[in-house]
Amino acid sequence: MTTPNRLPDPYGSQGGGANLADILERVLDKGVVIAGDIKINLLDIELLTIKLRLIVASVDKAKEMGIDWWEDDPSLSSGARRRELAEENERLQRRIADLEAAPARVERKDDEA
Amino acid sequence: MNELRYVYAVTRPFDGVLPEGVRGLGGEPPRLLDHGDLVAVVGAVPAEDFAEAPLKKRLEDLDWLTATARAHEAVIGAMTTVTCTVPLRLATVCVDDSGVRRLLDAGHDRFVTTLERLEGRVEWGVKVYADPQPDPAESRPGPAAPAEPSAAPASGRDYLRRRLSSRQAREGVWERAEALSRTLHAELSQRAQAAALHRPQDSRLSEARGQNVLNAAYLVPRESSQEFVAEVGRLTPQDRGVRVELTGPWAPYSFAGQAGQAGPDEAGASR
Repeated sequence: MTTPNRLPDPYGSQGGGANLADILERVLDKGVVIAGDIKINLLDIELLTIKLRLIVASVDKAKEMGIDWWEDDPSLSSGARRRELAEENERLQRRIADLEAAPARVERKDDEA
Repeated sequence: MNELRYVYAVTRPFDGVLPEGVRGLGGEPPRLLDHGDLVAVVGAVPAEDFAEAPLKKRLEDLDWLTATARAHEAVIGAMTTVTCTVPLRLATVCVDDSGVRRLLDAGHDRFVTTLERLEGRVEWGVKVYADPQPDPAESRPGPAAPAEPSAAPASGRDYLRRRLSSRQAREGVWERAEALSRTLHAELSQRAQAAALHRPQDSRLSEARGQNVLNAAYLVPRESSQEFVAEVGRLTPQDRGVRVELTGPWAPYSFAGQAGQAGPDEAGASR
């Protein structure tokens, strides 16, 4: 026999105003898969594929920032490699800033001329 | 005969009744179908929506999908308040009660194992967001156009300086968010019986502010839930740029699939 009364009140986005992403990632992607009489493969649904991609899309953005640790065991991910990426990122950003600054200089020269 | 059986979840026979006021699909209260040592939580649904061909079409309709997903969750959430519930994936449909019994027979051993493993446990969701611009007056930084709504910079150098300082501020927030995510996940995993890391959510779907950095689920005994919630509160810093969001208690969705045919995500979940 369980003791349901010990549970704290719902937190966050449960109920009517629940975050759709929280619900979809659970009901579409988790839970037990067992075939009923109506055969349907959720992965064949185009919208679901798109929406599920939306759920995961931000992973690319995070990867750009070097935050990719959820893909491996945190203890396996090397801090050194991350620092290396951060340095490379900084170098590239400096290079971009230089390149972006270049046309401004050209313009100023034009003004002076 | 134009009604089908939608199966929300599987439980064991339990003392007590369905929570009052629970409405599933079509606004109908769910029903318990006993079969041997298992109980299916079912509802009648119209064949015009849930037979194979219309169901495929319906699932492409985001409004319909949203309503269906919310009804599915509402029933499972309500069941979780009264007993240990194994949630089934959305849109598990049988033609009639005999079909539901066949489903329970087919999955019997899996359901029993999973119920044993999940008995007395619930799922809590913990997310960390990095929000480099916590002021709601400012727009979120788009990757394509970092628009500066404030006064135009006086010179190119000013412009670059401004961009550099805002980039440094953003990077600080990202670093703090990542550090907090590691701490939270390490501490909370110790207090949980299992943990699962989900992909971070995209704000276009979640409509949450900032960038989701950690999206984790923890399997926690009901009786330890209050301490778990308190621990999340204790570990949450006062930081305008980094936000912690707690959701739950959920049915143990993220831990229900492991014993059976685990998907790639469940298989990768840490224990």
